[in-house]
Amino acid sequence: MILLFYIAGAVAVISTVAVILQTNIVHALIYLILSLLAVAVCFYVLGAPFAAVLEAIVYAGAIMVLFLFVIMMLNMGQHSIDQERSWMGPKVWIVPSILASVLLAQLLTVITQYDHELALTTVDVMEVSALLFGPYVLAVELASLLLLAGLVAAYHLAKK
Amino acid sequence: MESIPIEHGLILAGILFALGLVGVLTRRNIVFVLMSLEIMINASGLAFIVAASRWEHADGQIMFLMILTLAAAEVAVGLGLIIQMYRRYHTVDINVLSQMKG
Repeated sequence: MILLFYIAGAVAVISTVAVILQTNIVHALIYLILSLLAVAVCFYVLGAPFAAVLEAIVYAGAIMVLFLFVIMMLNMGQHSIDQERSWMGPKVWIVPSILASVLLAQLLTVITQYDHELALTTVDVMEVSALLFGPYVLAVELASLLLLAGLVAAYHLAKK
Repeated sequence: MESIPIEHGLILAGILFALGLVGVLTRRNIVFVLMSLEIMINASGLAFIVAASRWEHADGQIMFLMILTLAAAEVAVGLGLIIQMYRRYHTVDINVLSQMKG
Protein backbone atom coordinates (compact mmCIF):
# COMPACT_ATOMS: atom_id res chain seq x y z
CA MET A 1 0.00 0.00 0.00
CA ILE A 2 2.78 2.42 0.93
CA LEU A 3 4.70 1.62 -2.24
CA LEU A 4 1.50 2.36 -4.20
CA PHE A 5 1.48 5.91 -2.82
CA TYR A 6 5.05 6.64 -3.87
CA ILE A 7 4.66 5.12 -7.34
CA ALA A 8 1.43 7.04 -7.94
CA GLY A 9 3.07 10.22 -6.65
CA ALA A 10 5.99 9.78 -9.05
CA VAL A 11 3.59 9.19 -11.95
CA ALA A 12 1.64 12.33 -10.96
CA VAL A 13 4.76 14.51 -10.84
CA ILE A 14 6.20 13.18 -14.12
CA SER A 15 2.93 13.54 -16.03
CA THR A 16 2.42 17.05 -14.63
CA VAL A 17 5.88 18.01 -15.89
CA ALA A 18 4.84 16.56 -19.25
CA VAL A 19 1.69 18.74 -19.19
CA ILE A 20 3.59 21.98 -18.74
CA LEU A 21 6.28 21.06 -21.30
CA GLN A 22 3.93 19.71 -23.99
CA THR A 23 3.30 21.68 -27.19
CA ASN A 24 0.43 19.57 -28.53
CA ILE A 25 -2.61 20.57 -26.49
CA VAL A 26 -4.47 17.25 -26.82
CA HIS A 27 -1.40 15.32 -25.62
CA ALA A 28 -1.12 17.73 -22.69
CA LEU A 29 -4.75 17.04 -21.81
CA ILE A 30 -4.17 13.26 -21.86
CA TYR A 31 -1.15 13.71 -19.58
CA LEU A 32 -3.29 15.84 -17.26
CA ILE A 33 -5.89 13.05 -17.07
CA LEU A 34 -3.07 10.61 -16.22
CA SER A 35 -1.85 12.96 -13.49
CA LEU A 36 -5.36 13.29 -12.00
CA LEU A 37 -5.84 9.52 -12.00
CA ALA A 38 -2.50 9.09 -10.21
CA VAL A 39 -3.61 11.63 -7.59
CA ALA A 40 -6.85 9.62 -7.25
CA VAL A 41 -4.72 6.54 -6.42
CA CYS A 42 -2.93 8.64 -3.77
CA PHE A 43 -6.32 9.59 -2.29
CA TYR A 44 -7.30 5.93 -2.12
CA VAL A 45 -4.09 4.98 -0.32
CA LEU A 46 -4.51 7.91 2.09
CA GLY A 47 -7.85 6.44 3.20
CA ALA A 48 -10.28 8.60 1.22
CA PRO A 49 -11.96 6.23 -1.27
CA PHE A 50 -14.94 8.56 -1.82
CA ALA A 51 -12.65 11.45 -2.75
CA ALA A 52 -10.70 9.12 -5.05
CA VAL A 53 -13.87 8.08 -6.89
CA LEU A 54 -15.00 11.70 -7.21
CA GLU A 55 -11.56 12.72 -8.48
CA ALA A 56 -11.79 10.08 -11.22
CA ILE A 57 -15.43 10.83 -12.15
CA VAL A 58 -15.63 14.62 -11.82
CA TYR A 59 -12.05 15.75 -12.52
CA ALA A 60 -10.69 13.14 -14.94
CA GLY A 61 -14.14 12.55 -16.39
CA ALA A 62 -16.36 15.60 -16.55
CA ILE A 63 -13.96 18.55 -16.35
CA MET A 64 -11.46 17.06 -18.80
CA VAL A 65 -14.25 16.25 -21.29
CA LEU A 66 -15.27 19.92 -21.02
CA PHE A 67 -11.69 20.89 -21.91
CA LEU A 68 -11.70 18.43 -24.82
CA PHE A 69 -14.93 19.90 -26.21
CA VAL A 70 -13.53 23.42 -26.10
CA ILE A 71 -10.25 22.30 -27.74
CA MET A 72 -12.32 20.66 -30.50
CA MET A 73 -14.40 23.84 -30.91
CA LEU A 74 -11.29 26.03 -31.17
CA ASN A 75 -9.98 23.55 -33.77
CA MET A 76 -6.27 24.27 -33.36
CA GLY A 77 -4.16 22.12 -35.66
CA GLN A 78 -0.51 21.93 -36.66
CA HIS A 79 -0.38 25.73 -36.81
CA SER A 80 -0.91 26.04 -33.06
CA ILE A 81 1.77 23.42 -32.30
CA ASP A 82 4.32 25.43 -34.31
CA GLN A 83 3.18 28.60 -32.57
CA GLU A 84 3.56 26.94 -29.13
CA ARG A 85 7.04 25.78 -30.06
CA SER A 86 8.05 29.31 -31.04
CA TRP A 87 6.72 30.61 -27.69
CA MET A 88 8.65 28.06 -25.66
CA GLY A 89 12.25 29.27 -25.81
CA PRO A 90 14.55 28.39 -22.89
CA LYS A 91 14.61 32.11 -21.98
CA VAL A 92 10.93 31.98 -21.06
CA TRP A 93 11.49 29.22 -18.53
CA ILE A 94 14.44 30.47 -16.49
CA VAL A 95 12.98 33.21 -14.28
CA PRO A 96 9.59 31.56 -13.50
CA SER A 97 11.31 28.24 -12.73
CA ILE A 98 13.79 29.89 -10.37
CA LEU A 99 11.07 31.88 -8.59
CA ALA A 100 8.78 28.87 -8.25
CA SER A 101 11.61 26.67 -6.96
CA VAL A 102 12.54 29.31 -4.36
CA LEU A 103 8.94 29.30 -3.14
CA LEU A 104 8.86 25.49 -3.22
CA ALA A 105 12.09 25.31 -1.19
CA GLN A 106 10.63 27.64 1.44
CA LEU A 107 7.43 25.57 1.56
CA LEU A 108 9.41 22.33 1.93
CA THR A 109 11.52 23.80 4.76
CA VAL A 110 8.35 24.61 6.68
CA ILE A 111 6.66 21.29 5.88
CA THR A 112 9.59 19.11 6.95
CA GLN A 113 9.41 20.51 10.48
CA TYR A 114 6.23 18.51 11.08
CA ASP A 115 6.77 14.97 12.16
CA HIS A 116 3.73 12.74 12.18
CA GLU A 117 2.91 9.37 10.71
CA LEU A 118 -0.31 9.00 8.72
CA ALA A 119 -2.22 5.98 10.04
CA LEU A 120 -4.00 5.36 6.69
CA THR A 121 -7.33 4.44 8.27
CA THR A 122 -10.19 4.53 5.79
CA VAL A 123 -12.80 7.24 6.28
CA ASP A 124 -15.65 5.91 4.16
CA VAL A 125 -18.67 7.43 2.41
CA MET A 126 -20.94 6.97 5.43
CA GLU A 127 -18.95 9.33 7.65
CA VAL A 128 -18.47 11.91 4.89
CA SER A 129 -22.15 12.03 3.98
CA ALA A 130 -23.26 12.14 7.63
CA LEU A 131 -21.18 15.31 8.03
CA LEU A 132 -22.20 16.63 4.60
CA PHE A 133 -25.91 16.51 5.40
CA GLY A 134 -25.45 17.37 9.07
CA PRO A 135 -23.30 20.31 10.13
CA TYR A 136 -22.20 21.19 6.57
CA VAL A 137 -25.63 21.34 4.92
CA LEU A 138 -25.34 25.11 4.44
CA ALA A 139 -22.04 24.61 2.57
CA VAL A 140 -23.78 22.12 0.27
CA GLU A 141 -26.49 24.67 -0.48
CA LEU A 142 -23.89 27.34 -1.16
CA ALA A 143 -22.06 24.91 -3.50
CA SER A 144 -25.31 24.38 -5.42
CA LEU A 145 -25.71 28.16 -5.72
CA LEU A 146 -22.12 28.44 -6.98
CA LEU A 147 -22.75 25.76 -9.59
CA LEU A 148 -25.95 27.49 -10.70
CA ALA A 149 -24.08 30.78 -11.07
CA GLY A 150 -21.35 28.97 -13.02
CA LEU A 151 -23.97 27.42 -15.31
CA VAL A 152 -25.66 30.76 -16.03
CA ALA A 153 -22.30 32.50 -16.59
CA ALA A 154 -21.01 29.76 -18.91
CA TYR A 155 -24.24 29.84 -20.94
CA HIS A 156 -24.14 33.61 -21.22
CA LEU A 157 -20.43 33.78 -22.13
CA ALA A 158 -20.47 30.99 -24.70
CA LYS A 159 -23.59 32.34 -26.43
CA LYS A 160 -23.10 34.14 -29.73
CA MET B 1 4.08 -0.95 9.57
CA GLU B 2 1.48 0.66 7.32
CA SER B 3 2.17 4.36 7.51
CA ILE B 4 3.46 7.27 5.46
CA PRO B 5 5.07 10.35 7.06
CA ILE B 6 2.77 13.36 6.70
CA GLU B 7 5.59 15.38 5.11
CA HIS B 8 5.67 13.12 2.07
CA GLY B 9 2.02 13.77 1.25
CA LEU B 10 2.44 17.51 1.76
CA ILE B 11 5.67 17.54 -0.27
CA LEU B 12 3.84 15.87 -3.17
CA ALA B 13 1.11 18.52 -2.95
CA GLY B 14 3.77 21.27 -2.82
CA ILE B 15 5.62 19.93 -5.87
CA LEU B 16 2.41 19.67 -7.89
CA PHE B 17 1.43 23.21 -6.84
CA ALA B 18 4.84 24.61 -7.85
CA LEU B 19 4.65 22.84 -11.23
CA GLY B 20 1.23 24.38 -11.81
CA LEU B 21 2.64 27.79 -10.86
CA VAL B 22 5.48 27.42 -13.39
CA GLY B 23 2.88 26.49 -16.02
CA VAL B 24 0.77 29.57 -15.25
CA LEU B 25 3.81 31.85 -15.39
CA THR B 26 5.37 30.51 -18.59
CA ARG B 27 2.63 29.47 -20.99
CA ARG B 28 1.06 31.98 -23.38
CA ASN B 29 -1.76 29.78 -24.62
CA ILE B 30 -4.76 30.54 -22.38
CA VAL B 31 -6.00 26.93 -22.46
CA PHE B 32 -2.65 25.81 -20.98
CA VAL B 33 -2.94 28.52 -18.32
CA LEU B 34 -6.37 27.20 -17.33
CA MET B 35 -5.00 23.63 -17.23
CA SER B 36 -2.14 24.76 -14.96
CA LEU B 37 -4.69 26.43 -12.67
CA GLU B 38 -6.50 23.09 -12.49
CA ILE B 39 -3.23 21.45 -11.44
CA MET B 40 -2.82 24.02 -8.65
CA ILE B 41 -6.40 23.58 -7.39
CA ASN B 42 -5.95 19.82 -7.47
CA ALA B 43 -2.72 20.11 -5.45
CA SER B 44 -4.49 22.11 -2.75
CA GLY B 45 -7.20 19.43 -2.67
CA LEU B 46 -4.48 16.81 -2.17
CA ALA B 47 -3.17 18.80 0.80
CA PHE B 48 -6.66 18.75 2.34
CA ILE B 49 -6.94 14.98 1.85
CA VAL B 50 -3.53 14.51 3.51
CA ALA B 51 -4.74 16.61 6.45
CA ALA B 52 -7.95 14.55 6.62
CA SER B 53 -5.83 11.42 6.76
CA ARG B 54 -3.69 12.91 9.54
CA TRP B 55 -6.69 13.68 11.77
CA GLU B 56 -8.56 10.53 10.66
CA HIS B 57 -11.66 12.65 10.19
CA ALA B 58 -13.98 13.42 7.26
CA ASP B 59 -13.76 17.24 7.46
CA GLY B 60 -10.84 17.40 5.02
CA GLN B 61 -12.73 15.29 2.49
CA ILE B 62 -15.69 17.69 2.70
CA MET B 63 -13.34 20.58 2.02
CA PHE B 64 -12.08 18.61 -1.00
CA LEU B 65 -15.67 18.29 -2.24
CA MET B 66 -16.04 22.06 -1.97
CA ILE B 67 -12.79 22.53 -3.91
CA LEU B 68 -14.10 20.12 -6.57
CA THR B 69 -17.29 22.19 -6.91
CA LEU B 70 -15.25 25.37 -7.15
CA ALA B 71 -13.01 23.85 -9.83
CA ALA B 72 -16.01 22.73 -11.88
CA ALA B 73 -17.63 26.18 -11.75
CA GLU B 74 -14.29 27.89 -12.48
CA VAL B 75 -13.61 25.70 -15.51
CA ALA B 76 -17.11 26.29 -16.92
CA VAL B 77 -16.75 30.07 -16.66
CA GLY B 78 -13.10 30.02 -17.82
CA LEU B 79 -13.85 27.95 -20.90
CA GLY B 80 -16.79 30.23 -21.73
CA LEU B 81 -14.41 33.19 -21.55
CA ILE B 82 -11.89 31.36 -23.78
CA ILE B 83 -14.58 30.72 -26.42
CA GLN B 84 -15.62 34.39 -26.28
CA MET B 85 -11.96 35.49 -26.58
CA TYR B 86 -11.37 33.19 -29.56
CA ARG B 87 -14.47 34.62 -31.26
CA ARG B 88 -13.29 38.21 -30.85
CA TYR B 89 -9.53 37.95 -31.45
CA HIS B 90 -9.20 34.60 -33.34
CA THR B 91 -6.25 33.61 -31.16
CA VAL B 92 -5.56 31.97 -27.79
CA ASP B 93 -2.50 34.16 -27.08
CA ILE B 94 -3.03 35.94 -23.74
CA ASN B 95 -0.77 38.80 -24.83
CA VAL B 96 -3.49 40.24 -27.08
CA LEU B 97 -5.58 40.84 -23.97
CA SER B 98 -3.02 43.26 -22.57
CA GLN B 99 -4.20 45.98 -24.96
CA MET B 100 -7.39 47.24 -23.38
CA LYS B 101 -9.80 49.48 -25.18
CA GLY B 102 -11.63 51.92 -22.96
